Amino acid sequence: MGRLKTHWLQILTHIVSLLPLAILIWDFRQDRLTANPIQEITLRTGSYSLILLLLSLACTPLNTMFGLKSVSRLRRPLGLYGFMYACLHTLNFIGLDYGFNLNLLREDVFGKAYIWAGVIAWLALLPVAITSTRGWIKRLGRNWERLHWLVYPAALLSVFHFLLLVKADRREPLLYAAAVGLLLLLRLPGVRRVVNKLRDRLKFPTFLAHSG
Amino acid sequence: MENISPFEITPEHLYLSRHQFLSRRKFLTGISALVASALFLSACRKQDFLSGLGGSDNVELTPAARGEPGVTDNTDLVPSGKDEPGVTDDTDLAPPAKDELGDELTPYDSIVNYNNFYEFTTEKKGVARLARDFKTSPWTVEVGGMVNKAQTFDIDDLRRKFGQEERIYRLRCVEAWSMVIPWLGFPLARLLREVEPTAQARYVRFETLYDPGQMPGQHSKTYAWPYAEGLRLDEAMHELTLLATGIYGKPLLPQSGAPVRLVVPWKYGFKSIKSIVKIDLVAEMPTSLWMAAAPHEYGFYSNVNPDVPHPRWSQSSERRIGEVRRRLTLPFNGYAEEVAHLYQGMDLRKFF
Repeated sequence: MGRLKTHWLQILTHIVSLLPLAILIWDFRQDRLTANPIQEITLRTGSYSLILLLLSLACTPLNTMFGLKSVSRLRRPLGLYGFMYACLHTLNFIGLDYGFNLNLLREDVFGKAYIWAGVIAWLALLPVAITSTRGWIKRLGRNWERLHWLVYPAALLSVFHFLLLVKADRREPLLYAAAVGLLLLLRLPGVRRVVNKLRDRLKFPTFLAHSG
Repeated sequence: MENISPFEITPEHLYLSRHQFLSRRKFLTGISALVASALFLSACRKQDFLSGLGGSDNVELTPAARGEPGVTDNTDLVPSGKDEPGVTDDTDLAPPAKDELGDELTPYDSIVNYNNFYEFTTEKKGVARLARDFKTSPWTVEVGGMVNKAQTFDIDDLRRKFGQEERIYRLRCVEAWSMVIPWLGFPLARLLREVEPTAQARYVRFETLYDPGQMPGQHSKTYAWPYAEGLRLDEAMHELTLLATGIYGKPLLPQSGAPVRLVVPWKYGFKSIKSIVKIDLVAEMPTSLWMAAAPHEYGFYSNVNPDVPHPRWSQSSERRIGEVRRRLTLPFNGYAEEVAHLYQGMDLRKFF
């Protein structure tokens, strides 16, 4: 029973993660990406990447605090899809927006803080994505967890990257920043203990708290 | 009605048909070209790119090119041009399909569905829908301040009194995209001469309607509404500075700044304030909404300048809407010959 539910949850994750890409392609074919499609692709892939990364980060607290063990299996696919959108985002910027014109790219974006934030975030995610297989988990042992902590600075830098690009209304990036902050907070042992105590006092249904 | 809209004379399809088709096809072929170029990074890319600019080295600033066969669709209808770029007058019935640099007009559909008009929403594709029911009649424009003859003009009086002419201008947004738009309007100078600025008047301040009931974006506390902009008096009196009331021969739609807006083609788009209700002649340099919101990013002058980067990004290139490849941005948006003298001796890095 549990296995079956997990199975469906994983299929759902794949569908939900790929749906935005399907919609993006569909909208492109229908000419519905505004008069400036390249910019629209940049915006959409960037948002999808950030949202999926945050969802991936939310999996661990949901498992350790609320015993939603099946959710922890979604961490890897969500994170990898997040990275996929980050790659599309980067490729679109270099390839479509700047036409692989390195001179123009160098002139236009080198030395700009938002570019560095984005590039470093992507570089931080790269080894994490590569080592997400079972083989690498075994090979790296304890170091695997250390390496995968890079997801947090990557998420923070992605939000910073977004924040630098908005003109004046910073509500949306700040919302993402708050989400990353909250997820980081939940990883602190002290905070975790308090939340666990609260959970016990509120008498969470045992199947939720101890199904793992 | 005594004033016949040019739209009634020139069928829209003359403007539209070829351009929409071309730009869509151009876009798709451009995409395939890029996919190909991704595979074969050619060494002469820069050369390619520059030649795509339409020979900007020897820019011909008179619109004489319009009369040459093969340059426009409807050469037989094109009258001889005037001396200024993009300037035609009321008698010109068939407008050219390109600007004086040979760049094609942006399709009407793109112009009216891709708008920066934060009074409605910060989302460009959402403005048209939210602005649909915006009331542009009755509408008055109050012109006052340091003038001898302060007046309040009804929008219909404005159109009648100052005439309507077509001007094809490039519009360069600070976000590094651009369009070529056939505006309908009249030089601001005509209006200013009518109200007679006094000797103390040195700047012109413009204000957009403030009506959060109709403009939901004005509920946002992020900006100091109403939108305000300003020009130095000599900039305002310049022949290229336009008060526009239409696009493609049709009255402006709300998302484009109906019923009347400013168009200053050598400055970034945000200077061209929309839906104007108030024009004041003043002695001190006015503070625009953007200067107040982010003083390090937006200066008073905001002339299009590829050599002065925005603090967060460069302004050296831009994307023309409908095209895939970026173009190099021209000083003063290609109007340097007409306006550069206004800024002689000024450090344009300081007065950005």
